[in-house]
Amino acid sequence: MDADNLVHMVNDIADFFVPSAGAQRAPAEVAAHVKRFWEPRMRRQIIEVWRTGKAPLSEAARAAVALLAQEAAAKG
Amino acid sequence: MYAIDHHDLGTPPADSAKLVNVEIDGQSIAVPDGTSVMRAAALAGVSVPKLCATDSLKAFGSCRLCLVEIEGRKGYPASCTTLVAEGMKIRTESEKLHALRKGVVELYVSEHPLECEGCPAENHCELQDMAAVHGVTGSPYLASDRRPPPVTHAAAAVEFETDGSNPYFNFNPELCIVCSRCVRACDETQGTLALTVQGRGLASQIAASQAERFLDSECVSCGACVEACPTAALSEKTLLAAPQPNRAITTTCAYCGVGCSLKAEVSGGEISRMVPARDGHANQGHACVKGRFAYGYATHPDRIKKPMIRAKISEPWREVTWDEAIGHAAREFKRIQAKYGRDAVGGITSSRCTNEETFLVQKLVRAAFGTNNVDTCARVCHSPTGYGLKSTLGESAGTQAFTSVMKSDVVLLIGASPTEAHPVFASQLKRRLRQGAKLIVIDPRVIPLVRGPHIEAAAHLQLRPGTNVAVITAMAHVVVTDGLVREDFVRERCEAESFEQWRAFVADKRNSPEATESITGVPAQTLRAAARMYATAGNGAIYYGLGVTEHSQGSTMVLGIANLAMATGNVGREGVGVNPLRGQNNVQGSCDMGSFPHELPGYRHVADAAVRGTFEADWGVTLREEPGLRIPNMFEAALDGSFRGLYVQGEDIAQSDPNTQHVVDALSSLECLVVQDIFMNETAKFAHVLLPGSSFLEKDGTFTNAERRISRVRKVIEPLAGLADWEVTVKLSNALGYPMHYAHPSEIMDEIARLTPTFTGVSYEKIDRLGSIQWPCNDAAPDGTPTMHIGEFVRGKGKFYITQYVPTRERTGQRFPLLLTTGRILTQYNVGAQTRRTSNTAWHSEDRLEIHPHDAEGRGIVDGDWVGIVSRAGETVLRALVTERMQPGVVYTTFHFPESGANVVTTENSDWATNCPEYKVTAVQVTKVDKPLDWQERYRQSREARQPAHRPAPTTA
Ligand code: SF4
Ligand code: SF4
Ligand code: SF4
Ligand code: FES
Repeated sequence: MDADNLVHMVNDIADFFVPSAGAQRAPAEVAAHVKRFWEPRMRRQIIEVWRTGKAPLSEAARAAVALLAQEAAAKG
Repeated sequence: MYAIDHHDLGTPPADSAKLVNVEIDGQSIAVPDGTSVMRAAALAGVSVPKLCATDSLKAFGSCRLCLVEIEGRKGYPASCTTLVAEGMKIRTESEKLHALRKGVVELYVSEHPLECEGCPAENHCELQDMAAVHGVTGSPYLASDRRPPPVTHAAAAVEFETDGSNPYFNFNPELCIVCSRCVRACDETQGTLALTVQGRGLASQIAASQAERFLDSECVSCGACVEACPTAALSEKTLLAAPQPNRAITTTCAYCGVGCSLKAEVSGGEISRMVPARDGHANQGHACVKGRFAYGYATHPDRIKKPMIRAKISEPWREVTWDEAIGHAAREFKRIQAKYGRDAVGGITSSRCTNEETFLVQKLVRAAFGTNNVDTCARVCHSPTGYGLKSTLGESAGTQAFTSVMKSDVVLLIGASPTEAHPVFASQLKRRLRQGAKLIVIDPRVIPLVRGPHIEAAAHLQLRPGTNVAVITAMAHVVVTDGLVREDFVRERCEAESFEQWRAFVADKRNSPEATESITGVPAQTLRAAARMYATAGNGAIYYGLGVTEHSQGSTMVLGIANLAMATGNVGREGVGVNPLRGQNNVQGSCDMGSFPHELPGYRHVADAAVRGTFEADWGVTLREEPGLRIPNMFEAALDGSFRGLYVQGEDIAQSDPNTQHVVDALSSLECLVVQDIFMNETAKFAHVLLPGSSFLEKDGTFTNAERRISRVRKVIEPLAGLADWEVTVKLSNALGYPMHYAHPSEIMDEIARLTPTFTGVSYEKIDRLGSIQWPCNDAAPDGTPTMHIGEFVRGKGKFYITQYVPTRERTGQRFPLLLTTGRILTQYNVGAQTRRTSNTAWHSEDRLEIHPHDAEGRGIVDGDWVGIVSRAGETVLRALVTERMQPGVVYTTFHFPESGANVVTTENSDWATNCPEYKVTAVQVTKVDKPLDWQERYRQSREARQPAHRPAPTTA
């Protein structure tokens, strides 16, 4: 998958949720949306991209991917 | 000429609950108040002679053939214009009446001699019938008295010459009895007003526009006049070529989301013509140029009739048997899954196929492939509708029946051009507007409804493409800050917390029309007036199209629309609502049938274990709980090598999806692409297996239109390649080792009903009995649900969402200073695979780039010039159409021809929630060039070499 595209996509999702949920709650909403609509390999890849620490993710997007990563790790 | 099985009652039904008792020729009957004497008689089984009356048009009273005697009244009133009154005693036959009527018929026959043999209307001509009833065989009037000189020079030139300019019907003035039914049909049924009666008395004649040829006139070829004509003056050309029809099969149009009910009239082995069903629930007897006339593609020589395979896409095709093709496809899919994993394959369902076929393809993907990688072309059109309406109201569908518009006071039309894309709904809307309802248009382009015959929009918000959300939020700002919220409705029906948060958000000054004017280009005062009009009109209804959904904020806009409707109390009764106008005929159905990778049929998420359980028990498999790939994700996964096999039914993704180069790269990297289609489409160029599809005329099934209406598709002719599409899917599934057992599509519907709570009451038997059913149809609503969300939203309380405007990444700048947006035209449909193969090309034979004179002038472009359109994704060349329909800075094109390459320039930007591509906004530069690009020229030449004759070929049964 094109990493830039995934980054755009998750940033766009965050742009939607931040105004309604606020900075605090937005990451959970973004993560929930991604879980609901993204196929697992897309989720795995955005986590990898996030791990590099170099992707231009917005703050809420970054926090959301961190949540996804946590959850993936918990699942093993 | 009417449908051959139509029994005409003379005048339209009266809409009254009060019954009136009358006696007709000694028979008593009770009819609704306001019924004409003619209709009352017809209902009592007595047919009064008539010529100028027909039950689809208001009574006109011009022919004087329908005279009757009424006890206590003097003279012989016309029964079509006389209304019943309590206790009225009517006589329809007497010697005097007979003599009077005979005189009238003789006069007509002097104008229109009874040379009936070989006439296309023979045995269906109402004048011929009237002559027979009155024993008239000729006329005592002299032929030389027949017609005074024509009234105009233009008319003189064409006097009595047949006008055959329209590819589908002839106008033969010699057979015209000037009953003006055609004129009234064009006015009352279609709303185009292309026809007039010119001259007076015996000198009068029917003229199209300014006595022009039909093809050159304003006529949009809907055919309403042709059907209304009592003689053969206006008649289908196919009736000259094919034998007279003797059987009618009711089916559903396979073009747009209106889903008109049509009757295919058949004789022996041929379809003679297509006529809209008078009792069609979606169309009430009307149709458009596509559904009524453009069905000839079904028997076009380009149809694929043999399955084909090849090992590599560089190799030529090899014709094989069905079994060999299916066996090969199944082996390839299994090989790929064994090598790369279960999720390396997937399928795409079609919005042009039936519900049953779509259901089977997603079942094959989920059960036989064992993955959720299934998606549908609705991804690229209305997926944001699903997301937005489900989130706010609780159901992924429009809220009303089409007829609801007849109770609307204000119609807010956003990003849609119904006269072009949903013509039969447009006719209904125009009828309502002419009764006084107001129209507000939100569209970057001056669509035809902004100004038309007897129609003028009360407001046109000509926004800049990509700023929908700013506009809808500003409208909400006005509603909230002007105190126009329907507080009682919101309190009772919506979530208080989300509403309060939304109220505070939209009330913010940043969202005022004044603050957003510089972004949207919509004058604040215009927007304020429009918002007030919508909120205060009484019944405010919203209709929207792809101009809403195909944006990076498509889903946000749908949420914004639902917010506005809820805040103003405009949901949950007739005349209001939120209505997505669906592009393709079965977009609603394909979404309902579980075509999305995250949803099982009935919009239930795959993660829901209980829902999965019901399917698992029924299907005998274990289903995946994770969402699968969406179409754009499939492309990306194909490019990274993790997705290798795809089964595509009835879609041309290589032409319809954005950023063609990207799509082509993805498709070329697949190891097995199976394309099932009626034509060798663009996608098939990358395929390894080609399975011939069947057109809607060749199979049984159902379509679900934009108003959730499930209608039957009935087999009219045998499948050209031997199998209907559902049979092909069954075979493929069997070969994959997951046997499916269906003897008829009705059994597939039974399974759908068994597994889908909104469909539990649906069966073929019930659809046949009721004519059509709007889902939800279950124990709570056994006959279906015309209006949704009455009393309570499907999700319980309506939920408001914050709709923050976020500009698209697609920005204009020095390199790409113009915004390109896309749309459709009446006579062509989608990627044009069907309509390009019909005579509809007489109206639209190429896509053009519409550009404002200001932008054209600055670039030295004049009308008709070749212009290059370049975006960051690619380049194409079209001919320019310089027009003030466009605003400066915005250009527009349709995408009906592959050589236009509209999607060569569109980008991979997409809606944040659903990945629906942002077709409606692409930054481009436009320059004058000498000629089209080489690849475009090749397309054009190969197409022109295959152009159909200027008439639809008779269809073989
Ligand atoms: S063309 Fe047909 S419908 Fe029209 S006025 Fe003549 S006879 Fe009547
Ligand atoms: S075909 Fe339709 S638009 Fe054309 S003249 Fe007849 S009624 Fe009017
Ligand atoms: S294309 Fe649409 S409006 Fe036209 S006949 Fe078909 S369903 Fe009706
Ligand atoms: S049918 Fe009544 S006047 Fe013509």
